[in-house]
Amino acid sequence: MSHDQFEVLSNQAVAACAVVYFLALLTHLAQWAVERKVPATEAAAGVPERVGSGAGSGVAAGVGSGANAPVATASAPPASYDDSGDVEERADRFGRIGVALTIVAVAVHFVAVVARGLAADPVRVPWGNMYEFTLTGTFVVAAGYLLLYRKFSLSWLAPVVTGFVLVTLMADVLLLYSPVSPLRDALQSPWLIIHVVAAIIATGAFTIGGMASVLYLVKERWLAKGGAQRGGHGYLARLPGLAALDRVAYRTQAFAFPVWTFAALIAGPIWAKHAWGSYWGWDPKEVWAFITWVVYAAYLHARATAGWRGRAAAIVALVGLATLWFNFIGINFFFGSGSMHSYA
Amino acid sequence: MSLDKLDQRAEAEPGAGERHRQDAPATPPPALSPRELGRWAWRQLTSMRIALILLFLLALAAVPGSVVPQESVDPNRASQWQSQHPDLTPIYQKLGLFHVYQSVWFSAIYILLMISLVGCILPRTRVYWQGLRARPPRAPRHLERLPEHRSFLTDEAPDSVLTRARALLRRRRFRSVADDGAVAAERGKLREAGNLVFHVSVLLVLAGVAIGSMLGFKGGVIVVTGHGFSNSLSQYDDFTSGSLFNPDNLAPFSFKVTDFHVKFIRSGRDAGEAHKFSAGIAYQASPTAPTRHTRISVNHPLSIDGTDVYLISHGYAPHITVRDGQGHVAYSGPVVFLPENPTFRSFGVVKVPDAVAADGKREQLGLEGEFYPTYAFTMRTGPFSVFPDAKNPAISMLAYRGDLGLDSGVPQSVYTLDTKHMRPIRKADGRPERVDLMLGQSRKLPDGLGTVTFDGLSRFVKLQVSSSPADWLALLGVSLALLGLLGSLFIRPRRVWVKVRREGGRTLVEVAGLDRSAGGDLAGELDALATGLGAGSDDTAAATAGASAPEVEDRA
Repeated sequence: MSHDQFEVLSNQAVAACAVVYFLALLTHLAQWAVERKVPATEAAAGVPERVGSGAGSGVAAGVGSGANAPVATASAPPASYDDSGDVEERADRFGRIGVALTIVAVAVHFVAVVARGLAADPVRVPWGNMYEFTLTGTFVVAAGYLLLYRKFSLSWLAPVVTGFVLVTLMADVLLLYSPVSPLRDALQSPWLIIHVVAAIIATGAFTIGGMASVLYLVKERWLAKGGAQRGGHGYLARLPGLAALDRVAYRTQAFAFPVWTFAALIAGPIWAKHAWGSYWGWDPKEVWAFITWVVYAAYLHARATAGWRGRAAAIVALVGLATLWFNFIGINFFFGSGSMHSYA
Repeated sequence: MSLDKLDQRAEAEPGAGERHRQDAPATPPPALSPRELGRWAWRQLTSMRIALILLFLLALAAVPGSVVPQESVDPNRASQWQSQHPDLTPIYQKLGLFHVYQSVWFSAIYILLMISLVGCILPRTRVYWQGLRARPPRAPRHLERLPEHRSFLTDEAPDSVLTRARALLRRRRFRSVADDGAVAAERGKLREAGNLVFHVSVLLVLAGVAIGSMLGFKGGVIVVTGHGFSNSLSQYDDFTSGSLFNPDNLAPFSFKVTDFHVKFIRSGRDAGEAHKFSAGIAYQASPTAPTRHTRISVNHPLSIDGTDVYLISHGYAPHITVRDGQGHVAYSGPVVFLPENPTFRSFGVVKVPDAVAADGKREQLGLEGEFYPTYAFTMRTGPFSVFPDAKNPAISMLAYRGDLGLDSGVPQSVYTLDTKHMRPIRKADGRPERVDLMLGQSRKLPDGLGTVTFDGLSRFVKLQVSSSPADWLALLGVSLALLGLLGSLFIRPRRVWVKVRREGGRTLVEVAGLDRSAGGDLAGELDALATGLGAGSDDTAAATAGASAPEVEDRA
């Protein structure tokens, strides 16, 4: 295949995987719609157990059941109890189809990323501009979600991830698309691979953690407003307990933090030293990478401090995510020419 | 400042390490003696709450540096911004907004943060050091009250169970001690060590950066191809160095830029983008050393005895010859024109101090204007450059006569013309004389002042020569920080106890554990341990787990 054909293949694969992500999103929405017919505890019962046995079970199970217990007592038994088994099965089937579709979408997404690299002449890594970073970043989010799906029983995250990846991909194609071009001189370095891979992985993991933090805040508010007593049929009732959400958020972000440290504070400076002659130049991109690092450092500390853990820590994490995404997108639009990272 | 959970440490390590990790009491300071006030302030400063606030302040304080152009980052943009905002500039200058990262307030925040950090790690290091030599804590009296526990009956003798338990635990990397009828084991003490290493390393990075900026230097120099550079202070166009830098320590190297290659992308979205540019360098590490040849390019600097030479940018140096009214060559050579935009429209000046007009009068001449690598002209735009490569080179300059101001003793830039004491050379019709020349052309100046010839074209490279001696220290610090961070995030401190006692002719084995960080699979570890000790191998054994513990007590 010629380079041009690879470019076409990449573009078609992006379109195709977006369609499949959309189908996966629809399927997951259908799953949650079906599950509305039964109280949350029945479906959720299986979930927290798996989550709990994974880690620190005492707290997780305690809070999880604490959140769900009132539901069981408050909600009347469904009209026809036999139905619920059926409904459960249908919801399950939707869930499985949704995950299967997501797997297909991620595979096609991967083809899109690889073909993008093969489309360049000479062949290069597909991280030369914003479009390609976003394409790869969304891939990492989706693939990371699938990898952690079993470990953390992430079925509750499915609509959020598929929706997020779909919307971001659309924005990427509509706003950031640019034809394949060779890498600039500054980018021709092995550090491109090391620095950018680490940055993209950290971004993907921070994003997944941020989703869990958002859901934590939403669920916390819902619980505080007495949502659990009003009846727990909906999506929020089916979310895992606060402790489990917090743990998913913490573990993904605690994974991402050292990776980000490596990307922004080790690999980046070493490369900058080679390319620009100074390991840290307070370039806007560097400033914001530093800000992101400081905010997530604050998150890790907040989580270990009385009065800050839980809600406040989740907010700090989301501030961190906001600075990360602002750095990724905002800097280029607001500071464009003023940043030496103008291509990123 | 700890990355692990406060409450999980609280039971085991009270005392100094704990004090600063708790939030400082919210009581207002009563009338205190200076000593007490100092102690109160110290406690506040080293509290986690203040540390968190300082972290946020640090993040917040870094923001303006990305919004306002920094003089230390991009002096050109900063001065451009300042001339565009005459009202804001004095205010911003007072606030230090053009030097955010060297400003008092930014420094204050991170120095306070570092003090807070030291105040935090010193006591914790002491506690950790004491705890390091301590044996694993004794088994609690009631193991069944711990959230995770297992118990079962076996026919094996108690002592042999304990011996095997210790062997199993050692294989699982626990440190264990035997007590009377029990084994106490502990693992993961390195978590706190990682935590401490991380925080100490932050100081190390700061030290590395500080030493590097005190001992290091950074200079910029523009060298036209075919010309040379020797490493001494007078050769630099701009030079900044740390307070402890000694110019006598400049490495005695010299080099010549033999050639420069650049390819410009000719089509597509990135047309005009420079691509694959590199400069040939012939260098000597010292005046007596042999000459070596190398090429430098972006990402491939040259390192000579700890000093690095980087290729930063490039541009054009048209050869201009000025003959005065007497026909003597008053000036000849390549003139560096600094690029102004991506098409390499460039700005440059020629200063001719020793010109004698046709009438024998000495009068200094100056030229100021632009160079266009690929010249084009439309009535609407005036002259402009179509492409950055030298496809159709031309210069277009205004000519001045008068006093260049070179003798006034005030140092002036070679890249600007001070026209305060000069006047434009005018044509017969009174319009200013414009010297527009394609490559190879000449032009006569009016009034018998001489001729200007554009007789050649070279390229120049802008090089950065710098040395930052403590880079390795900063790199070591940040690498250690990463290592410590990994330890503090992923090592899981865990305690496990095994107790045995005779129970109706058999041996009752109890296994229990306690995690001191969230997220570990304690249940799995206890299951594996119990199985290893013989639980479930005998169908009469009462294998119990978790909440079913009371059954054992019934049996007893």
